[in-house]
Amino acid sequence: MTSLPAPTQKKLGLVIDLDICVGCHACAVACKEWNDGGDFGPLPDDDPYGAEPHGVWFNRVHSYEVIPQGTESALPIVSPHSHNPQPAPAAQDRPLDSRALEQPPLVPQMVHFPRSCLHCETPDCVTVCPTGASYKRAEDGIVLVDQDKCIGCQLCAWACPYGAREIALPHPKTAASDSSRKDSKRGTMQKCTLCVDRIYNETLEMRDRQPACVLACPTHARMFGDLGDPESDVSRAVAERDGFALMPEFGYRPVNRYLPPRPRRDGPTAKATLSTAEEALDTEQLPPLLRWLDKALSR
Amino acid sequence: MKPALSVIFFTVLSGTGYGLWCLLGLALAAGVYPLSGVGVLAPLVFGFVLVTAGLLASTSHLGRPERAWRALSQWRSSWLSREGIASLVTYLPMLATAWLAFFGHTGAGLRTAGALLALCALATIGCTANIYRSLKTIRAWRTRQVLPLYLMFALLSGGLWLWAWLALSAEHVIGIAFPLALLGLAVIAAVIKIDYWKLIDSLPPDTAGHATGLEILGQVRAFEAPVTEESYLTREMAFVLARKHAARLRRIAVTLFALIPVLGIAVALPSGAMWIAPAAALAASAGLFVERWLFFAEARHAVAAFFPERQT
Repeated sequence: MTSLPAPTQKKLGLVIDLDICVGCHACAVACKEWNDGGDFGPLPDDDPYGAEPHGVWFNRVHSYEVIPQGTESALPIVSPHSHNPQPAPAAQDRPLDSRALEQPPLVPQMVHFPRSCLHCETPDCVTVCPTGASYKRAEDGIVLVDQDKCIGCQLCAWACPYGAREIALPHPKTAASDSSRKDSKRGTMQKCTLCVDRIYNETLEMRDRQPACVLACPTHARMFGDLGDPESDVSRAVAERDGFALMPEFGYRPVNRYLPPRPRRDGPTAKATLSTAEEALDTEQLPPLLRWLDKALSR
Repeated sequence: MKPALSVIFFTVLSGTGYGLWCLLGLALAAGVYPLSGVGVLAPLVFGFVLVTAGLLASTSHLGRPERAWRALSQWRSSWLSREGIASLVTYLPMLATAWLAFFGHTGAGLRTAGALLALCALATIGCTANIYRSLKTIRAWRTRQVLPLYLMFALLSGGLWLWAWLALSAEHVIGIAFPLALLGLAVIAAVIKIDYWKLIDSLPPDTAGHATGLEILGQVRAFEAPVTEESYLTREMAFVLARKHAARLRRIAVTLFALIPVLGIAVALPSGAMWIAPAAALAASAGLFVERWLFFAEARHAVAAFFPERQT
């Protein structure tokens, strides 16, 4: 059972567009909501409204700042976060050199990065499982955990470099005597099911037979489809936009793809909103009327 | 990786028990074990206590320990499953050896049982090491030293306890070859372990740019974590607390598992002060707890790269 099935024709998965993801976490919340009540639920939390909320999420959204390549040491960087360590000496700590005056300061590019199971073609999370609970479906390639067989050894989570799996265990600081956690789903490994209980659900409208995260995304940054079919919408999007797989060196052959952020329209040296427009204003270049207005207002 | 006490207890205690069984079995198979009857049973039972205590400790690492029996089914692909089977199978030659020793047999039967015991015990230790070695996500554990170290540490600590038993109960019949072999083993294990530490220190940390594939655009820094609180991933796999005291703990470990046993053997053999033997065994076992804690705590998991805000 834990041995991998023969390579599947159908490779259901997600394509996530990092260019238009706005980091709203709607996918993560919709996922939690559906899977708490779906066939694989519940996904119980400890202390959900308290000081240290704790629980399993299949989908987590990171936000990163990307400093454009090759420029980080030469130019001052405008960052909304003063606590972040700067790769170059902070702008205010060094005299402004000529290069910094010639070019406007850089603004790091924001990239929001949703992270979930990639439903790999040859994942170790399946083969390390000692019980056969962790398995890959031969018919569509979805990687699932049989909640009735899992012993909660966590070896599959250790084998995953993508952080796709989280175990449902009580919060280490919560008393074990709390009666609310005596449900049958505790102590087993949890992961993205690609909403297998939605996508084949004949009681739902055709348009709703998609993973909850895909339906929830307000910017359509998430697409669901068959990545084994080169003619599918998702495969075409990947081909057009040079979609990439995460950390291919592990040899797990992820099915999910990420579409990279498009190049910025104004290039890597986007004008910082914090830079003072006044200093850059060359009044000699203005049309006569505006020059007069500038003079009049400057008095 | 978070150093879970249950797994540390399991690998150290069961490892010592299997190491003891392996050397006892080898000595019986070769016909060089100087004692019979209770002389065989006592270390066999001591090994049984260690092995069983370790296996029971390991089940407390499970979220559903009552389902542990299911782990015996996937031996085709899973080292954890193979280890579960090997650990249980080893009880059979152990029981056979105990049965034969109890009724005073010394012939070919006991030799065969001893050989099987040594083989099964060694296979179990090898499976344990391979559970860790098979994880591609933890580069420190993919190194060539992991398997030989697991085998050597089990034989060293089990051997020291066996020597302690022999030194106390059969002082006059035990030769110097066995303790000298243990001395050599301690030195080699220490050298390989120090080599392992040098190697893992030289591994460059994974970057968020690499993990996310965004390094082609530039340098990737954390802006905001997915949640404000800890999660399973940050607690289990982005464990960074340990490295603060790593250098001192490494010195403590080597002192306990190698230096003290080596000095103990060097002093005990000429002087005949055999009380040193159990003290050396105790020191080695304590040292292995420290070594095993570091084995987990110092190992970096690939997923930690997604959390650059936590890296020190």
